[in-house]
Amino acid sequence: MKEILTNSVYFGFFLTIGAYLTGLWVKQKLKLAIFNPLLIAVLLVMACLMVTGVDYEVYEKGGNFVSGLLTPATVCLAIPLYKQLRMLKKHLAAVVVGIASGVITSAVCVFLLCKVFQLSHEHYVTILPKSITTAIGMGVSQEAGGIVTLTVLSILVTGITGNMCAQLLCRLARITHPVARGLAIGTSAHALGTAKALEMGEIEGAMSSLSIAVAGLMTVVVVPLVSGWI
Amino acid sequence: MKITKELTIILGVTVIGEVLNQLLPLPIPAGVYGLFLMLGLLCSGMLKTEDVEGAGKFFLDNMTPMFIPVSVGIIRYLDQIKAVGIPYLLINVISTIIVFMVTGKAAQWMMGRRAER
Repeated sequence: MKEILTNSVYFGFFLTIGAYLTGLWVKQKLKLAIFNPLLIAVLLVMACLMVTGVDYEVYEKGGNFVSGLLTPATVCLAIPLYKQLRMLKKHLAAVVVGIASGVITSAVCVFLLCKVFQLSHEHYVTILPKSITTAIGMGVSQEAGGIVTLTVLSILVTGITGNMCAQLLCRLARITHPVARGLAIGTSAHALGTAKALEMGEIEGAMSSLSIAVAGLMTVVVVPLVSGWI
Repeated sequence: MKITKELTIILGVTVIGEVLNQLLPLPIPAGVYGLFLMLGLLCSGMLKTEDVEGAGKFFLDNMTPMFIPVSVGIIRYLDQIKAVGIPYLLINVISTIIVFMVTGKAAQWMMGRRAER
């Protein structure tokens, strides 16, 4: 069984899409935020790999057909952003203040929580870039002396949290303006949150896309300033 | 034909993004370079939204599953995660919720201030 699947190029591709379809289906049936299609799909694929004994590297070969689309998809985020450029100019002050306060809050929060859990400097700098997109976050973590694999984990947990809770948090905090919603999602939960923002609306998607880039760049500047705190 | 043309444009911009990512010594991913390049092309009028919109919609509508393989990759680090899993999970979830609310509230407050004037 394991040998046969190992030689199948499309196994990982099929498993990824199939698991996501199952996730969408479960979400549709149960309509609860906790049944997030992404989370369900990830857990399903993990379970499949564990049961069949197929190595991650084998799955990854097929999975790359899907994850490889992420770079052109990021490029395409420019399209809703361009369409909402007037909205961006109109609310420029809110955009800058919103994203900057998010980036600073993220650093302060991580600092305080690391203090609470008495984590070392190494773990502190590992978690600091958690709210930004993986490719930038990995570089920041490495530069600061963090553990890159755990940074990736933090970024994913953050993204999945944002993707799952975006609508709930908007309601709880009474964030009603689509521009503010988009900024909150993109600044706190990078591209993974943005996938959700795009589902919520074009303005949300555009602002969230913008936040990925701006928050990412701001974090590159902020992390070296705060990394000496622990 | 139209979709092929759109795909060619999007992938062309992506490739330039990858080239910039390798040439420039900044920790900026290829996709972000590509995003700004695409935005520049659209703003300058060299590209129209109709030139990329169809294929672009496909990419954007299907973004969520693209994160599945990387997320499944966590499976390789279960040993490392066991040691620090609980504090990491709590720190990440709590700070994400706080950052989300602060960003949204700050942005909304700024817009409200402008509206009052």
